[in-house]
Amino acid sequence: MNDIRDLYQEVIIDHSKNPRNFYKIESTCYRAEGINPLCGDRLALYLELDEGKITNASFVGTGCAISTASASLMTEYLKGRTREEAEILFQEFHQMLTQSESSCPSENLGKLKVLSGVREYPSRVKCATLAWHTLRSALDSKNEPVSTE
Amino acid sequence: MKILSNQQLREDFPILSKKIHGHPFVYLDNASTSQKPRAVMDTLKRYYQENNSNIHRGIHHTSEQATLQYEEARHKVARLINANHESEIIFVRGTTEAINLIAQTYGRANIQSGDEIIISEMEHHSNIVPWQLLCEEKNIQLKIAPINESGEIILEKYQELLTPKTKLVAITHISNALGSINPLSVMIKMAHEVGAVVVVDGAQAVPHMKINVQALGCDFYAFSGHKMYAPTGVGVLYGKKALLESMPPYHGGGNMIRTVSLIEKTTFNELPYKFEAGTPNIAGVIALGTAIDYISGIDISTIEDYETTLLNYATERLQEIPELHLIGTAKEKASILSFTLDHAHPHDIGTILDQQGIAVRAGHHCAMPIMEKYKIPGTVRASFCFYNTVDEVDILFNAIQKVREIFR
Repeated sequence: MNDIRDLYQEVIIDHSKNPRNFYKIESTCYRAEGINPLCGDRLALYLELDEGKITNASFVGTGCAISTASASLMTEYLKGRTREEAEILFQEFHQMLTQSESSCPSENLGKLKVLSGVREYPSRVKCATLAWHTLRSALDSKNEPVSTE
Repeated sequence: MKILSNQQLREDFPILSKKIHGHPFVYLDNASTSQKPRAVMDTLKRYYQENNSNIHRGIHHTSEQATLQYEEARHKVARLINANHESEIIFVRGTTEAINLIAQTYGRANIQSGDEIIISEMEHHSNIVPWQLLCEEKNIQLKIAPINESGEIILEKYQELLTPKTKLVAITHISNALGSINPLSVMIKMAHEVGAVVVVDGAQAVPHMKINVQALGCDFYAFSGHKMYAPTGVGVLYGKKALLESMPPYHGGGNMIRTVSLIEKTTFNELPYKFEAGTPNIAGVIALGTAIDYISGIDISTIEDYETTLLNYATERLQEIPELHLIGTAKEKASILSFTLDHAHPHDIGTILDQQGIAVRAGHHCAMPIMEKYKIPGTVRASFCFYNTVDEVDILFNAIQKVREIFR
């Protein structure tokens, strides 16, 4: 049996109640919207890039604790990373949530590992990955909403 | 009044004895779908083991048996809702298909550009989207009857919307998201005064209260089997005979025709078969008959009284929780409790309750306009039926304390 506390760790509760980088960046073309229509989670992600490096990241939106905390932690973690590094993080984060319990998440993920408990709750994986799919879209600046449902 | 001994009745539902994450299974998602009693499952098995045949076609013994049982179920449905005639009972896949059938046949044939349709603000998507599709196609205006903060239709506003242009009113009997029971008799009378026909979405009502379509006076009444202890994939459309007779067919195919010719005009079968093209869900229909027997065996008014008692107890208990807000506090309510909790999103609550063995629905309940109205992303919905117990309400109450602890 899973302990529900492994999912809702203090860090996650903290980030969901007090999301970091929770504001709009008006003057950037690197932005995207992510929506999970079935659960109603919705967020807008904003990035500032300088010579291929993410210098600032922020978001606004509404969602459950998992999706809000995931977006908040992601924006903190992205600052100073290159596009390529962000793509690798996306892959590693995705792997952490979909791989079996026995394999260890990449050390690269640092604080993001608090979300590893989500893999025990398959119906909630889409909550945790919404911000990350939105990140990909923002980097491509496709300007069409993404969904993880 | 018969006293409900539901400990005994619970034994009729094998699934209720299973464990979830080491906890007893507390099933409070009955408004989504009900569990099935053993008798219903036995009927399905018996049909396939003993009577599996196509109906209305064969001249062999087994086909005759299957046809007999299928038509017996129609008789049971007609009696359950007090239809005037069995031919007014059309078997469909569920409420959604029934409403689409009316929109695409009655609606397309009788409602024209410039006419108006009224729905309410508390409808399920299945009683919104079929009308939106029709309105778009035919340039019909869709008007919305508003609800008040408690989740009740504002009758004065509804009255104002009704004009000679109103050709159809589509309204739910009981709101799946709020639990409100609508004052149908009054609303139907008001609609008829301007000459509109009335379609009732009865999906939430039939398992919980006595339905009398003739006393209500509605023109159409739609409901699903799976919310009333029968299998999924079977439902009922009731329609007044004269209306059904005047309507063009919905699906074309076998069974719904009288003669098919490539040279002369194809002619259609009589009611109800005109609307039952193709091989139906025979086993499902027969099992729906068994579910009706099962409900009748307990007695629907006994069920209604018990569920009201349970609702009152659950409402009292949940109101003890300071950060909890009930969404839907109509005076007339069925056993549905929708709520939000400060600081915790419905999906997080749903997950934490599930870890304690409790199944609830979290989200917009296919009623997004209601969430828009209350400006919330969704609610947690606990919906009770006769096999739920006072102990289960207490388990829910205690499990919500765990949510508060995590999100305090």
